[in-house]
Amino acid sequence: MSVEFDQKIHDTLANASLQLAIYTATGRLKEKRIEVTAENVLPDYQELRTQANALKKHTIDNLDHYLEEFERNVEAYGGKVVYCKDATEVSDFVLDLAKRRGSKLIVKSKSMTTEEVDLNERLEHHGLESVETDLGEYILQLAHEKPYHIVAPALHKTRYDVADLFTKALHVARETVPEKLTLIARGVLREKFLKADIGISGANFLIADSGAVVLVENEGNARLTTSAPKIHVAVAGIEKVIPRARDLAVFLKLLARSATGQLLSVYTSFLAGPRRVGEVDGPEEFYVVLLDNGRTRLLPDRSKRESLYCIRCGACLNTCPVYRKIGGHSFPWVYSGPIGAIITPQFMGISHEPALPFASSLCGACGEVCPVKIDIPKVLLELRGDVKKMEAREGQNRMEKLAFRVFAWVMTHPRIYEMAGRLAASVAPAGDGKWIGSLPAPMSVGPMKAWLSERDLPPSPSKSFREMWRNR
Amino acid sequence: MSRDNILHKVRTALGRSAAQAVADVPPVRLRVPEAAMEDRIALMMARVEALAGKAVRVPTMEAAREFVAGIIAGKTAVASNAPYLEECGVTGLPGVRSGIREVGELTEVCAKVDIGITSADYALSDTGTLVMLASPAESRLVSLLPPAHLAVVPVERILTGLDELFTILPNPAAQTSSMVLITGPSRTADIEQILVRGVHGPGQVTVVIVG
Ligand code: SF4
Repeated sequence: MSVEFDQKIHDTLANASLQLAIYTATGRLKEKRIEVTAENVLPDYQELRTQANALKKHTIDNLDHYLEEFERNVEAYGGKVVYCKDATEVSDFVLDLAKRRGSKLIVKSKSMTTEEVDLNERLEHHGLESVETDLGEYILQLAHEKPYHIVAPALHKTRYDVADLFTKALHVARETVPEKLTLIARGVLREKFLKADIGISGANFLIADSGAVVLVENEGNARLTTSAPKIHVAVAGIEKVIPRARDLAVFLKLLARSATGQLLSVYTSFLAGPRRVGEVDGPEEFYVVLLDNGRTRLLPDRSKRESLYCIRCGACLNTCPVYRKIGGHSFPWVYSGPIGAIITPQFMGISHEPALPFASSLCGACGEVCPVKIDIPKVLLELRGDVKKMEAREGQNRMEKLAFRVFAWVMTHPRIYEMAGRLAASVAPAGDGKWIGSLPAPMSVGPMKAWLSERDLPPSPSKSFREMWRNR
Repeated sequence: MSRDNILHKVRTALGRSAAQAVADVPPVRLRVPEAAMEDRIALMMARVEALAGKAVRVPTMEAAREFVAGIIAGKTAVASNAPYLEECGVTGLPGVRSGIREVGELTEVCAKVDIGITSADYALSDTGTLVMLASPAESRLVSLLPPAHLAVVPVERILTGLDELFTILPNPAAQTSSMVLITGPSRTADIEQILVRGVHGPGQVTVVIVG
């Protein structure tokens, strides 16, 4: 485990108010999801999940076909598709476009894909102003932070944090009421929308048979981003494509329910090309950036390929006991929680943070709630295998191997196991559960320290199970 | 150049060759339930109200005009170019700007007025949704920039839900560059999960069902 990962986890666990914020926010989202996916509310929920999974599998297995169909249709409606292999290509494209059109101000709606490539930072580095317009993302931009959660990006910020950020950056009188803070942001951002020449959005879905970008949101900032400026650029991962418009009947029923517990999000925009002849408003230019950024790297593996089915609903985060303790910023990249644990190592390479696939209890909750039925625990296990293979190659784990060999030997020899149990019981004082803390080295220092510092053994019983069984 | 490179990588990874045919897309069953018009109307109204929108039903186009006049009373409004609004007489009400066909003017007006008035191409009763297709009749900004959105919708446009919408409109892109589904007032919960309405889009949505 890297020192940074370890430290961030430690800090999060030690911060009581943050713990409460994560627990409450994820708990609420989770409850709402359960309400609207219940058998009596949505009887075909399981069937929809199966259909969504089949559609994603079919599309990813034939991805080149659907990308080309998508591209043809975008062009048929007067838009343009730009393939980019990485962050530099995306920012180069936008910079060049801005330069050619003489644009200085860009408005952005929420997009995890642009977070992935640090688009704002790159554009601002070249003197452009690129403003996040989703309230949560705007708050984070002012705080220079990454999203804490795929769906609720600023869930770790209190109203007082937001008040401080707004007072400092916007020179406004300090307000701490969420309604008033929201109004301040509305005012500032409204002006940006009306002045900007370029609007950059993400995409929840790309529709192959329509050449359309579909955006799902609650605030209206994605609508403004794609309606007011003269140019709309959508940035999407290549895996976002689905075959037909009608497939949305499946995905839209699942997405909002899984994400926020709504039947539908407030706004679903289905955008196919620039404004057409006769239409009163809308952008004059329409671009879709299709981003690879590591995605093609995980396609060859038939089994782990399903990681690309994700529709970024965040349900796996809300239900994950690990995410709910260690929060979003402990994760080394923009994607957190179970989905982050499986896609980060695959997009970035497993050596990026080898501890990541192990940051899970494999309880299976994530796989159960996933609306597209990604078998996250299975992928995690396979990635653990990959990490172990890598480590074996690098010969880092001799100690651990030895420990497991001893463990295996003890477990397969009942008499030895019993003796070991009695030995442990005689060392551990029964009752107070502070056993580990009271131990001297090597348990409270050394390699086990991080794991043990937040845990203790339960008090040891006076009789072992095996003894009770014999005496029953 | 990245195009061919990426497509090549995808094909190699999947073991496919260029222009190789694909199997049929897995079937998606769209279910359009039988639902009497009265039930659709009742559900539509209940859903809109549950989202903190307002829903009213009026018997005739004249009654719709009266209702809208009452809402506007002293405020300013912009109306879309939907023929139905003109038929109802809404566009002729005092304080209502309409007939704008130039984007600069439309943006300016929409950014100033209190209410944006539109019709809707469809409504979905299952979810309390308005379906708006951009066209010469309906723009994008009228239902977006003003702090309040009022939609006047004849009953026969009320569908059951998404399945029915995609059954009768399997290819929206053939008709419009923009189809937007509006389900309640704009909202956010980004600060401490506290629900605030009207963050970027209209904080008030009123649906007037006619017939
Ligand atoms: S992996 Fe599944 S549950 Fe997690 S965010 Fe993606 S779609 Fe949602």
